[in-house]
Amino acid sequence: MNRRKRRLYFIALGVITLLLAGVLLRAGMEGNIVFFYSPTDLAEKGIESGKRFRVGGLVEEGSVEREGTSLAFTITDGLNEMRVVYTGLVPDLFREGQGVIAEGRLDEDGKVFRADNVLARHDENYMPPEVADSLKETGQWQHATPDDTGLPKFLKDHETPDEARP
Amino acid sequence: MLPNAYPARFIGLSRTVVVWLAILTVVALAVALPWALWLSPPDYQQKDTIRIMYVHVPSAWIGLMAYVLMAACALVSLIWKKPLADYLARAIAPIGAVFTLLCLVTGSLWGRPMWGTWWEWDARMTSMLVLLFLYLGYMALSNAFDDFTRGTRAAALLCVVGVINIPVIKFSVEWWNTLHQTTTVFKKQGPSMAPEQLTALLLMALAFHLLFALLVLVRTETEATNARLRSLGALGTD
Repeated sequence: MNRRKRRLYFIALGVITLLLAGVLLRAGMEGNIVFFYSPTDLAEKGIESGKRFRVGGLVEEGSVEREGTSLAFTITDGLNEMRVVYTGLVPDLFREGQGVIAEGRLDEDGKVFRADNVLARHDENYMPPEVADSLKETGQWQHATPDDTGLPKFLKDHETPDEARP
Repeated sequence: MLPNAYPARFIGLSRTVVVWLAILTVVALAVALPWALWLSPPDYQQKDTIRIMYVHVPSAWIGLMAYVLMAACALVSLIWKKPLADYLARAIAPIGAVFTLLCLVTGSLWGRPMWGTWWEWDARMTSMLVLLFLYLGYMALSNAFDDFTRGTRAAALLCVVGVINIPVIKFSVEWWNTLHQTTTVFKKQGPSMAPEQLTALLLMALAFHLLFALLVLVRTETEATNARLRSLGALGTD
């Protein structure tokens, strides 16, 4: 009984230590496991040109310009934006208002982002086409919000109010 | 091995439950599979690719749930030295690993047409891959010793430590910017999925959970029988 109790305490202590280690690890890694930056992150932090990274947000409505296989578009997070140029194929989900992530480097002057890869983001909303159509017909369709950019951390930092969505 | 190491009562009960569970699993799969993969409506932007999600999401849920269950068994085994807990944990490991692998593979197949990539090292995907390695590590470690008990003990410790990965997987999409979308079903404002699609998903989840329970019970009896044979010296060291 005594040995068993001691073992129990020992294990409990071990688990608590590990939990603590995990919490500390998570706090330490905060901001380092960043898959992509939002335009606002870029504006705040500033990343030197030539460094390879990813920028993500919504494709701004009416910002896409195509010329052959090249295209230029603007990524926005509602506060700041970043102009992106890219040559190549884009995924099926790529369109205006869609969440995307572009991978590449900033231009020398830091104004334009030269992407060599563009990924589309899928939001967490699912519905049949008829439902989407009827929402659009009755005017209840909500345009993508910064919520759909997949920037949960960004939103937490900037406290954008939750909007009713389809 | 102690003479009472064979959980006779549990096995007796489990044999009855297995029969009913098998019937229920077949019925649930017979309803859920055609419902999700054929009858349910396509998605407005993914079209039929949404059907991959009906396999992907339940597999992910089971991958996580199975690990927590395995870790609970490992903890019980470490503290109270119950042989049944060892058998359960050993039985769960390969099944949890297969569901985790299924989740990763279906996710990759979905990611290629939707995101435009088979694989990215974002927080959700990486932590899920770590989960698979934890399962594999548990299986390797539990069989790495000539002495059954030592292997079980070492593996159980690894398993309990690995629990730290579970909240990381779950909250990865909220803590960090990821390519992977955030949660749909367990949202504060309720699921952001149309009811007819949610039904398909939940049916698949039910069927997968039944299948998981069935496989675990069958494998637990195998583990218990193996242990008994081992104690009788009928099986070599393994």
